[in-house]
Amino acid sequence: MTTMTSWTVANSRKLARQERRRRLGPLGVLTHLALLVWTLLTVVPILWTFLASVKSEDEIFGDAWSLPAALRWDNFARAWEQAHIGQYMLNSVIVVSFSTFGTMLIGSMAAYVLARYPFRGNRAVYLLFVSGLAFPVYLALTPLFFVVQNMGNVPLVGPFIGLNTHAGLVLVYIAYSMPFTVFFLSAFFRTLPTAVGEAAMVDGASHTRVFFQIMLPMARPGIISITIFNILGQWNQYQLPLVLLQERDKWVLTQGIADISTAAGYDQDWSALFAALTLAILPMLVVYTVFQRQIQSGLTSGALK
Amino acid sequence: MIFNRYRRGLFITSFLAAPVILYLVYVISPYIQAFYIAMTDWRGVTATPRFIGLDNFERLLGDGTFWKAVSHNGALLLLLPLITIVIALFFAFLLNVGGPQGLTGIRGSKFYRVVFFFPQVLAVAVVAVLFQQVFRPDGSGMLNGPMMALGISPIGFLSDPDVAFWSVLGVMVWQAVGFYVVLFSAGLASIPRDMFEAAQIDGAGRLSLFFRITLPLLWDTVQVAWVYLGILALDVFAIVWVMTDQHGGPDFSTTVMAAEIYRNAFQYFRFGYASALGVVMFFFTVGFAILSLRLSRRERIEY
Repeated sequence: MTTMTSWTVANSRKLARQERRRRLGPLGVLTHLALLVWTLLTVVPILWTFLASVKSEDEIFGDAWSLPAALRWDNFARAWEQAHIGQYMLNSVIVVSFSTFGTMLIGSMAAYVLARYPFRGNRAVYLLFVSGLAFPVYLALTPLFFVVQNMGNVPLVGPFIGLNTHAGLVLVYIAYSMPFTVFFLSAFFRTLPTAVGEAAMVDGASHTRVFFQIMLPMARPGIISITIFNILGQWNQYQLPLVLLQERDKWVLTQGIADISTAAGYDQDWSALFAALTLAILPMLVVYTVFQRQIQSGLTSGALK
Repeated sequence: MIFNRYRRGLFITSFLAAPVILYLVYVISPYIQAFYIAMTDWRGVTATPRFIGLDNFERLLGDGTFWKAVSHNGALLLLLPLITIVIALFFAFLLNVGGPQGLTGIRGSKFYRVVFFFPQVLAVAVVAVLFQQVFRPDGSGMLNGPMMALGISPIGFLSDPDVAFWSVLGVMVWQAVGFYVVLFSAGLASIPRDMFEAAQIDGAGRLSLFFRITLPLLWDTVQVAWVYLGILALDVFAIVWVMTDQHGGPDFSTTVMAAEIYRNAFQYFRFGYASALGVVMFFFTVGFAILSLRLSRRERIEY
């Protein structure tokens, strides 16, 4: 009896396997091939960069696909110290932390008021914010440069928010993140139930308290999506810092990386360039792989709303 | 009651003050100034710009580089959405519906979705530097190395004016596809399963499953993708500025409107002329947005 059963099980497994193979067919093979090809197209350039980051200069100029004879970790030390990638990365972290926090704070405040408080001019303010979605940032580039330059002449705070200051860039990032943040979050706040907030108001909570202690926590899924969107967008920004931060020690990571590659010459440090690229790519991939579910759903819901 | 009204007004004002002021100062005022600066010959030397009417726009018409930039943006506007959407739809379909095991999608689909998305989280400037190395013209380039080993003469991916534009397009597709695979997968997930099952019971093959069911039901998402990719094509800057020779070369064969705005403003210090370029770009973008809204509205009525 028992042998009979195990025979049946084994046999049915075998049949299932055959069935699967039959159904896979030539089309199935092609399918897998197509997916595999794109996987390689995606991964190989990145892996190739990682590999080159531990090569010596001679190896980089030799056969493109050779393996390094020894792992040259000092490339990373040179990129970090001499090419200042460490400094640029720190600058990026500082700017993006403050700007994302600021964007989320004042963006959600504006979105909340516009979504839930009818007042005269509400629609006009909302449209003012959302119209920014359709404008190319390049149109504003020249005047923006002078606006920020003039900010430097404002008494007291001027030296902190003018050209070549991180706080100045933070303010610009926040302003340019407003259209999408307000657009997305006000749609989100509109969907939240009104009863909870009203109950709290009856109990004597202020408008501000209702916002911070009830509405913000309820809006968490939307807040997370848009925070991810803003972090990625601001971290990857290149154009605005290129215009607004012209002093080298203030640069953010994207500027630093772009500069190492364009500062061509005979003294070009190619292995440090690859190490710098690796330093820019690897943390992003690690963070993405850990949070990929939230990042994917955050970015796509941002796009579909 | 009056006190409550007052409190409410105070609350609204205090919550809107900071965002509105920042937005007016850094976004709205530059846009408005740009339209005025576009009608001046300002080069930043004098305090007040000299008004010259539409001269800058007249000059633009005769500027060969400007037309090259426009034609590149135009070509990208056609090709980037088309190629990216076709590839992404194909993969999204395979990963979610068209798997050989039936409607479950293919094995390992989660893995593919994660990996295809990789390029999306990298900064465009970083991708540009990466591909500069991939495209190196000598034997140490990732592509030319193996080709030379096989005896094929190397291709100047970034140095040959006939090829460089296609290299730019290729990198843009490379970076975009993963995002749209995930976007279309999300769209597919919202289509009820039995829709596909019913069709399959009726004997629909994978081709008709794709063209008769997937594509029509996903059409809204495809339109969103088309608008997003269109804006990407009009906005392209970093990939061209960082990756290609002479920031948009060789011989302006890859330059785009955004690159010409930056070049004119911050390398030639022709602020008036650069702003005129920006105004033209503004009308292209708004025109594209209105056009795509129109088209999608008509589709919906026909439905």
